[in-house]
Amino acid sequence: MPRVSPPHGQEPVRGGPGTAKRVYAWFEQRLQLEGPVKDAALHPVPRSTASWWYVFGSAAFTLLLLQIVTGVLLALVYVPSAGEAWSSLNVLNHQIPLGWFLRALHGWGSNFMVAIVLIHMAQVFLFGAYKFPRELTWILGVFLLLMTLGMAFTGQVLRFDQDAYWGLGIGASILSRVPFIGGGLVHLLLGGPIIAGATLSRFFALHVFIIPGALLVFALLHIWMVLKLGINDWPMPGRLVRRATYMEEYNRLAHEDGIPFIPGAFWKDLAFSGAILAAVAVCAYVLGPFGPSGQPDPSIIQTVPKPDFFFLWIYTVLSYLPPEMETPFILIAPLIGIAILLAIPFWAGEGEKSWHRRPVAVLAVSTIAICFAVLTQLGTSTPWSPHMSAWSGDPIPVRYLQTATPLVRQGAVVFQAKQCRNCHSIGGAGGERGPALDDVATRMTLDQMRFKVVSGGGNMPAYGKNLSAAEIEALVSFLETLHPANEPPAYDASRRAVDESRSQPNAGAPPANPAANRGTNP
Amino acid sequence: MSQEEQPLGGGGTQSASAPGSGDAARHDDPRIVSRRWLLFKAAVGLNGLVGIVLAVPVFRYLLAPWRKDSSYDSWVSLGPIDSFPMAETRLAFYKNPSANSWDGQTDNVACYVRHAGGNQFQVFAINCAHLGCPVRWFPQSQLFMCPCHGGVYYADGSRAAGPPERGLFTYNWKVVSGELHIDAGQMPTLSNSAKLVKISLGQGDCSCRA
Ligand code: FES
Repeated sequence: MPRVSPPHGQEPVRGGPGTAKRVYAWFEQRLQLEGPVKDAALHPVPRSTASWWYVFGSAAFTLLLLQIVTGVLLALVYVPSAGEAWSSLNVLNHQIPLGWFLRALHGWGSNFMVAIVLIHMAQVFLFGAYKFPRELTWILGVFLLLMTLGMAFTGQVLRFDQDAYWGLGIGASILSRVPFIGGGLVHLLLGGPIIAGATLSRFFALHVFIIPGALLVFALLHIWMVLKLGINDWPMPGRLVRRATYMEEYNRLAHEDGIPFIPGAFWKDLAFSGAILAAVAVCAYVLGPFGPSGQPDPSIIQTVPKPDFFFLWIYTVLSYLPPEMETPFILIAPLIGIAILLAIPFWAGEGEKSWHRRPVAVLAVSTIAICFAVLTQLGTSTPWSPHMSAWSGDPIPVRYLQTATPLVRQGAVVFQAKQCRNCHSIGGAGGERGPALDDVATRMTLDQMRFKVVSGGGNMPAYGKNLSAAEIEALVSFLETLHPANEPPAYDASRRAVDESRSQPNAGAPPANPAANRGTNP
Repeated sequence: MSQEEQPLGGGGTQSASAPGSGDAARHDDPRIVSRRWLLFKAAVGLNGLVGIVLAVPVFRYLLAPWRKDSSYDSWVSLGPIDSFPMAETRLAFYKNPSANSWDGQTDNVACYVRHAGGNQFQVFAINCAHLGCPVRWFPQSQLFMCPCHGGVYYADGSRAAGPPERGLFTYNWKVVSGELHIDAGQMPTLSNSAKLVKISLGQGDCSCRA
């Protein structure tokens, strides 16, 4: 068999270290990456930056990569069509092996990413890392936060279910409040006059091409600047940032008391990123994917739409704002918030970095964190929403009716049948929109209750037109029994005088306490 | 030096010295420099021009959904008026006039029809006037309640309680040969339904288009 000699200048490929080196050299000759990569990996950073506090940025980037990978994998199956998206998600959940796990990874990855980005931002702020010369890094970071939130919202839309549908409706309603061009903006958002096929298509483009593209470019620039400007040195109280001297001081710190970035500082980043990925995987495996909830069919109106976790606080704000403040607030507050974030590095670009000497910064971060926690907690329990099925689902506790007169029992029926229960709880069950009524009789007299029922007021609709006189009488009789056994119902003094004078003719009758003959709850 | 050992290309300074420009004296010649720059600027200008020409159709395309309300709205039937009993409020459905085959169920729109007596109707949008959640009708208490932020409306659509600033959105309606028709086509929001409505708390009686 004749031996074929390899073509001139080309070695036959054989195993061994020599070959590996040659292959490496072949690529390196063309790519020329070794120099820049070595520079980046080995550049000295101040020893103090090798801290567990400095791991959130890299973890956020790791999560971005996870989202890209899982997103691409989901896109292999997902159908971005209003008619089919929901079914394709169900196929992913139930028919494709481990499709549910991929969806869960993507969903939990998203939650983790928003959380880590927020923590990263708070840390950077408290450590003064936005100050000279890292102003632009911070500004890009603000845009990265906005894009991350944008991804979270558009992702919720791609999970094209009832929540997504009505969430879009809320988005459109908010946009419609923009003066003059609101209508046009709604059409642009929805891609037409209603939430339909065109809407999902454009949110798909946003979620899959536009925002991720920008997010990736911005994130790489952000990291580029971290490499070029160096990791923020650990803030020391009293060590002030001055434009004239900072670079020199930093370089001295990095070179005299520095360590190479890899492995000195980077091992903690790696370890934390690994732990975060593991946490996402565990959450995904144990808690499973998000939705999809019901079909995106607007003719199914038995739905209680709710936003995803990171938008719950907005949901709360929108329920508690006084109506006249709402439009200015939802249109202007976000702009002011973003403007403040963007202005911070220019406003406080020099000076003290340490949180020990920046009480206002600490106060601001803690206030925002507490507000976020409280508003989110409220958004989870939604005390302002009527419980739509309380009237037919939650029974009146038996102990309230055991000794009740027929009139009181009839009142309890009215109470249930007229949906009072949807907003008022009794015995711990029912809506929380209005006050709980277990001891309402101690707070209001019979006449006050009658007046409130008939004419409403505050957040209480007027029932005058919707209840007959007999129904109102029965209802307030029932309400009057709602007081603790050891506490008498509230009673109007002038009323008592009238009642007593009425009862004068038949002396011997006890002073009237109308509740006494209507039965009380024990 | 052999080409194998050296990086290919070799950085900005080297490649800038193109063949023919080796003569230092010619570098300084203002005519040559200005001609190159002129050509460069002309090429940039050409790209700018083409960019602008291309931007016009791109923007036109992007803004395509931004249309007058009237171009989306049209009259649709909700069925015979007999299906809406006197003094009752019923859920009714229609297919949105501008529908695509890939819209799935999303173009099934619901609305509430109240037969107020005689030949008088009120047709309410399902969307809460606050932020658009689907309100639910409770015939027992004659109230519409919103599951989102707790808005409540009376049977005639006027505001009863909660965050909404006004009553429910209503559709224009007419009766054509025994069928109830409404002027519909858009998701009702404050921008397309509230232009002529004076907002007053407590009595959101309004006749507006949705
Ligand atoms: S959407 Fe109905 S109360 Fe907010």
